[in-house]
Order: sequence, then C-alpha cells, then structure tokens
Amino acid sequence: MHSLNYHKASNASEAARLLSGTEDGKFLAGGQTLIPAMKTRLAAPSDLVDVSGAAELRGINVSGREIAIGAATTHAEVAANGELRNVCPSICDMAANIGDPAVRHRGTIGGSIANNDPAADYPAAMLALGATIRTASREIAADDFFVGLFETALDDDELITSIGFTAPAAGAYAKFPNPASRYAMCGVFVAKGDDGVRVGVTGAGSDGAFRAGDFEAALDGEFSAEALDGLSVRAEGMLSDIHGDAVYRANLVSVMAKRAVAAAG
Amino acid sequence: MSTVSMTVNGMAVSADVEDRTLLVDYIREHLRLTGTHVGCDTSQCGTCVVHVDGKAVKSCTMLAAAAEGAEVTTIEGVANGDLHPMQRAFNDNHGLQCGFCTPGMIMSGIDMVNRYKAEGRELDEAAIRHELEGNLCRCTGYHNIVKSIAQAASEM
Repeated sequence: MHSLNYHKASNASEAARLLSGTEDGKFLAGGQTLIPAMKTRLAAPSDLVDVSGAAELRGINVSGREIAIGAATTHAEVAANGELRNVCPSICDMAANIGDPAVRHRGTIGGSIANNDPAADYPAAMLALGATIRTASREIAADDFFVGLFETALDDDELITSIGFTAPAAGAYAKFPNPASRYAMCGVFVAKGDDGVRVGVTGAGSDGAFRAGDFEAALDGEFSAEALDGLSVRAEGMLSDIHGDAVYRANLVSVMAKRAVAAAG
Repeated sequence: MSTVSMTVNGMAVSADVEDRTLLVDYIREHLRLTGTHVGCDTSQCGTCVVHVDGKAVKSCTMLAAAAEGAEVTTIEGVANGDLHPMQRAFNDNHGLQCGFCTPGMIMSGIDMVNRYKAEGRELDEAAIRHELEGNLCRCTGYHNIVKSIAQAASEM
C-alpha cells in the first residue's frame, strides 16, 4: 500500500478540521472497502482521518418508530440491536447478511452509504426506507443522495454523521448474491411505509441503486407478490457483465422484489 | 512513522511503524507472531482473523494504528496452559489438512461460539456453515471443520 498519514478523530468537528489540513485526505470508517481499494491503488489518499472511534458517531437510537443510526455504527451492531429489531427487523436482517462476520465487526453504515458501491446492500435500504442522511451541515433525502456509481451528493470534505428514518409497517430485503463474491447481483428492499410502498434496488442498475416506481404503484394497490405479476424493469438500464447480462438482471429484480414482498408479509 | 501501542495476548507491546502498516504486518513482522497468516490479502480468505477488543476482524483489512490501545488476541494467545477447547476439537476431529487456514478458522470459531452463547442462540450446523462465509479452506471441504466447531461449542 502507498505511503500515507494517519489521523484519529474523536468527534465530527475534529475530523473535519483534520481533513481540511490534508492534501488529498479521506475519511476512514471501518475500512472494509477503502483499505482493499487502497491496496489495488483504486484509491490513494495522502491522509486518512479515522472516524471509527468517535463516540458521537456511534450508536442506535429508537424513539417510538423514529430511528437514528450513527454513521460509524457497524453492521454487526445494527444486526444485533434488539430495540431496533422490535420496530424494524428488516434492516437488522439485511445488515446480518452483509459480507461475513469479521467484515460486519468493522464495516459501518456511513461508510457503505458514502462509498455507494453499486452492489452494496445499504443504498437499497436507504431508498426503500425513505431515509434522511445527515451531515454536520445539512440533511439529504436518500432520493437525492445516491447520484451514480460510487457517486453521492456529498461534498469531498463532508462527513455523514447519522442516518434517520421512520420504521415501516412492514419491510424485507431479498438478495441474490453472486455465488463467488457474495456481493448482491440484485438486492431488493421493500418497505410499506405511512406514505406508501417504496422499493429500492441494488446490484442490478447500471447507474447504481434505484427505486422501481412501477413496482411501488402496483404494491400500493395490493401489497402481495402476485401484484407484481407481469411487471419488470427495462433491461436497458441494467448492469451487464460476465456474471449476468442485463436481461438476466432485469428478471432478477422482479424475482427478488416478489421474494421481498412475500417475506414482508 | 508513529508509535503504535496495544495489548497483544495480554502483553503490552509497542512499535514504531509506518502509518500504512496493516495490523497483520504489525503482528507478523514486528511482533514475530507468525501464527496469523496472510492468504489472500483481499479480505476474503480469513486466515488473518484475530480478535480486537473481543471481536473477530480481518487483520489484513485494518491499519495497526487503528488498533492503538486495543486488546488483541491472536492464535498464540488462545491456549491457557492446556489447548483451548476449540484447538482440541480441531485436533479430535481432524479439522485440518495442510493447516494454513486453521488459525483463522479457530479464531472465527471461538468468536461465533461466544456471540451465539451471549445472544442465547443455537449454533447448529447450518449456522456454523453460514458463519464460516469469510473463512476459506482449500483442502478439507469444511466437513470436519464444522464438526470441530460444533464439538467446541458444546464444551465452551
């Protein structure tokens, strides 16, 4: 790995100050994507500002159905939180199937969202749950946050501090993992919220995570897997690679959406 | 360069290392604890699994500096006089062939048993196989590894 300078931040404002003094620094959370990317030199920051130990960025707050998750909260912590599971089991189940147990002990929700890998699980959940992504200076709706492959609405020096959403009445995530890498070839998160059904899709879209509007309209009419019969997304917008072509992935979106609806009950 | 200090297998250790040093390199090259292996260096194989503050992590995907002040346990630190029940179970069930993946298997095995016990969940065969998603063995086909972890789970 290339040479770099490491800094540890104890809170969000210190992290911003430390980053502003660097040439080409990046925030480091769990590092489960950033460190592998640095080994292959896909990323080569001059400095890393570690926010994983900042207490104010960690933890899960459940107040009625309102949920706030600190950006540096690990996947394992989301998966194992009993209070969260009581009101929103779907996000716990989703987090319990990211990567492997050791990755879940380090990887964080904020890191996953900020990285916006087209095959990451969390972006689909954020879209379906209508989440709000909070930074030190503003709140960004999930619909405006995920811009494209590895691209978000965040400024270069902007740090996610927490994620907020209202627990849906019902929800579930269904993933079709690549048999080798276990990354999602398609993952669909369905949430039946107060303002209607939202369907977030990851792994399949050529421009990253997206919402399946036609599916949402059909599920608003009747929340059942059968309501999706005959519906599909356009293959033109799907990823196509050696693991599966666009037509195959478009079909996976329908199949995973039906499985998610069936699981959500 | 920074001075990075932590507790490894109960001993206070300290070394001056470059900031880019991975935890696994700190353990192997600076502490000369070579039981922790590097198989893939891409977070997939799990031969580098150690416990940091009681949790299994892939030490090839964590900077040593990020473990400043942490309590780290490696395969060299699990036996307490006698072999750890997980080590004995791998011995009893022939849970290895070449042995390269074994340190990571044992560290992941201990971690999963501890977590399932703490949460009051049953660690059955399907759960063990799912939990081993991040540990690769290229010799055994996992059968005896799963048996080993199941035996240890009943003894720990």
